[in-house]
Amino acid sequence: MPAAISTEGLVKSFGQTFALDGLDLTVRTGEVHGFLGPNGAGKTTTIRILLGMTRADEGTARVLDGDPWSDATDLHRRLAYVPGDVTLWPNLSGGEAIDLLGRMRGGIDKKRKAELLERFDLDPRKKARAYSKGNRQKVALVAALASDVELLLLDEPTSGLDPLMEEVFREVVKETGRTVLLSSHILSEVEALCDRVTIIRAGRAVESGTLSELRHLTRTSIQAELVGPMNGLAQLAGVHDLKETEGRVQFDVDTDEINTVLRRLTEIGVRSLVSQPPSLEELFLRLYEPEAVQ
Amino acid sequence: MKSLAGTGGLIRLILRRDRIILPLWIVLLVAISVSYVKEYGDLFPTPDSRIKYASNAGFITLYGELSGPSLGEFVTWRLGFVPVMVGLISLLTVIRHTRVEEETGRRELLGATVIGRHAQLAAALITVFGANLTLGVLLALGMHSQDLPLAGSVAIGIVYAGTGWFFAAVGAVAAQLTASAGTARGIAIGVLGGAYVLRAAGDTSAHTDGPLAWLSYLSPIAWAQRIHPYAENRWWLGALMLVATIALTTTAVVLATRRDIGAGLLPDKLGPADGTLGSPLALAWRLHRGLLAAWTVGFALLGLLFGGVAKGVGDMMKDDPTIQEMFQRMGGSAGLIDSFLAGVMTLVGLIASAYAVQATLRLRVEESSGRAEPVLATATSRWQWAASHLVFSLLGPAVALLAAGVAEGLAYGVAIGDVGGQLPRLIGAALAQLPAVWVLAAIAIAIFGFFPQASMISWAGPAVCILIGLVSAGVATAGWIRNISPFTHLPSLPGGTVSAGPLITLLAIAVVVGFAGLVGLRRRDLPA
Repeated sequence: MPAAISTEGLVKSFGQTFALDGLDLTVRTGEVHGFLGPNGAGKTTTIRILLGMTRADEGTARVLDGDPWSDATDLHRRLAYVPGDVTLWPNLSGGEAIDLLGRMRGGIDKKRKAELLERFDLDPRKKARAYSKGNRQKVALVAALASDVELLLLDEPTSGLDPLMEEVFREVVKETGRTVLLSSHILSEVEALCDRVTIIRAGRAVESGTLSELRHLTRTSIQAELVGPMNGLAQLAGVHDLKETEGRVQFDVDTDEINTVLRRLTEIGVRSLVSQPPSLEELFLRLYEPEAVQ
Repeated sequence: MKSLAGTGGLIRLILRRDRIILPLWIVLLVAISVSYVKEYGDLFPTPDSRIKYASNAGFITLYGELSGPSLGEFVTWRLGFVPVMVGLISLLTVIRHTRVEEETGRRELLGATVIGRHAQLAAALITVFGANLTLGVLLALGMHSQDLPLAGSVAIGIVYAGTGWFFAAVGAVAAQLTASAGTARGIAIGVLGGAYVLRAAGDTSAHTDGPLAWLSYLSPIAWAQRIHPYAENRWWLGALMLVATIALTTTAVVLATRRDIGAGLLPDKLGPADGTLGSPLALAWRLHRGLLAAWTVGFALLGLLFGGVAKGVGDMMKDDPTIQEMFQRMGGSAGLIDSFLAGVMTLVGLIASAYAVQATLRLRVEESSGRAEPVLATATSRWQWAASHLVFSLLGPAVALLAAGVAEGLAYGVAIGDVGGQLPRLIGAALAQLPAVWVLAAIAIAIFGFFPQASMISWAGPAVCILIGLVSAGVATAGWIRNISPFTHLPSLPGGTVSAGPLITLLAIAVVVGFAGLVGLRRRDLPA
């Protein structure tokens, strides 16, 4: 089965600034793919290219085996999009906006719409101008999720939702079984939902893979009370920031080297050992930092 | 005075945002007003000619009664519609800097800084009051520089400024009532329109010794008019305008203290839970129908007015060669009434082109607000989306012009007892404006398609054509300047001969330019 989304070497510049600088992205059919990166990294530009609203200067993009620019209208029948900043027509009620977008996409599942309104606790009779940011987002989410489409493009869809509603969002996305490209800053959301993630920085993909693959990119922190002297520990490959106080050592170790280091520790003799796996936060902080890109 | 903290900073913000438009309308309205002194002094040199010109029932409906035959009084009377425009601009500006700010949420951002509860309203009103005062002072100086008496010149300055103040305060009250800036505008413009209709009905009734003359006393527009500059100079009416303004401002402040920021006093109604809209065209109809209805009603009123005055104008022009010449320059055909009606049709066509541009620019509003994005992410193509709005920017003016033609044909036909003959002639004359209107709409489409950020420049189209139309009506103008305006190439109808060539050329230009704009839209990034 071909990938739902694949891009190769996408380049897009706005005047002097490069929004995308050779982006590769592959989203496999059926997976929920996390799309992460600091503000201004090019996530929204990528999604706009995938929607055929912006044309890439260089590179290729395929969406559902079509060209997002020239086949835009046909592709849009098979996908739904939730923008990060939802603006609606102030005079239309939420229900009207949901039905409008759904019908223009080629039809909406009434039962599913009613169910989603219930679960998201949204009053569809209110005029759009009376909605808060979160409620406008719910309107766009219900319109997208109630449509019978293969692919969902979600651009920070939960940035205005409260924790309860975010939980509802997670449940609904897990149930859909469709291909999802989810741009997000919320790490717990990514961890809970995404099969694979791509991290972009300054218009390039810096890492891509499953979360457990990505965890290997970072370090485990180890605290140990040793029986003998810590000879040669500091010289081992992959050991960083070693500190020693009265027989207790604390250091970080590259996840790839953990086996070698643990073997050395047991040779010395371990009285107690605490090992902390890398948190996602650390992973992202490392990858988001400018030095992460060579 | 804590509730006014930060007013100074907000005034600077308003002046920064309106640094072009605010001086522009002040200078433009003063310049037009002052230019009338020479223009109408030359056209109507004798008191007799002025009284005759002004005694027409249609003009009394439009401008009210002439207070006396001196040049100052005559020019003030002929400028009777300008204070209404000052009122309109003032109320729109106040709403723009109060309710619009709240609706967009910018007020909230500012409100969390050291800004007092009433600072926003105070800043908007102080700025607009100040602009009106400046307008009044400049007008007084300008009028006096044309050798009109000083006292009267100050008085006409007060007429303008007072009307501006009053309706600025009306705008301030309306801005407190609803959460929607659009509804607030509707309420305030409704008050302005109501005041104008009361004055028109009262004055017309007074002229014909009818029983409704008292209606004028209810209209603040009539109060300002009856200051009678260059005649009695009734200063106390100026004071009355001021008192009314203070009363309305106080009302606005009291209302403001009784509501939350962002909320209105009138509750927001709930809408339907399920929508019936399902296509780009249905959405466009929803977004354009209010505009279409407003323009159609306005055009019908315009048609009634001009159709009603046409016979009287013809009677008057018979023995006045200068006016004949003026109307022939504007429209240019043999029959006097026909040339008046043709001149009026050109004017109506010019106004229709403003509607065409406004409706076309809705595309840009949708794009820059982000509302086009979810629509274009559905199975709606860019051309379908653009076409759904262009239906209204191309056919909307046609509907409005049709309304003007029907109304004018009926009014004039009834006046001369020939409805069957005049109705089709005037409908044809109204619709003959369309090729030129469409050219200006097409230019707006092209600018939107290729240079979206410069879309507002589209307004230069109608503005330049109106300017050429106004100037060439007053003075002889070089042919090449007149030829810039597509309206110059339209047949002079009713009465003139129609040749297909120019009409086909205009239509071809509209099609080519408009289509090019759509190609540009198809090829560019969105939103841009």
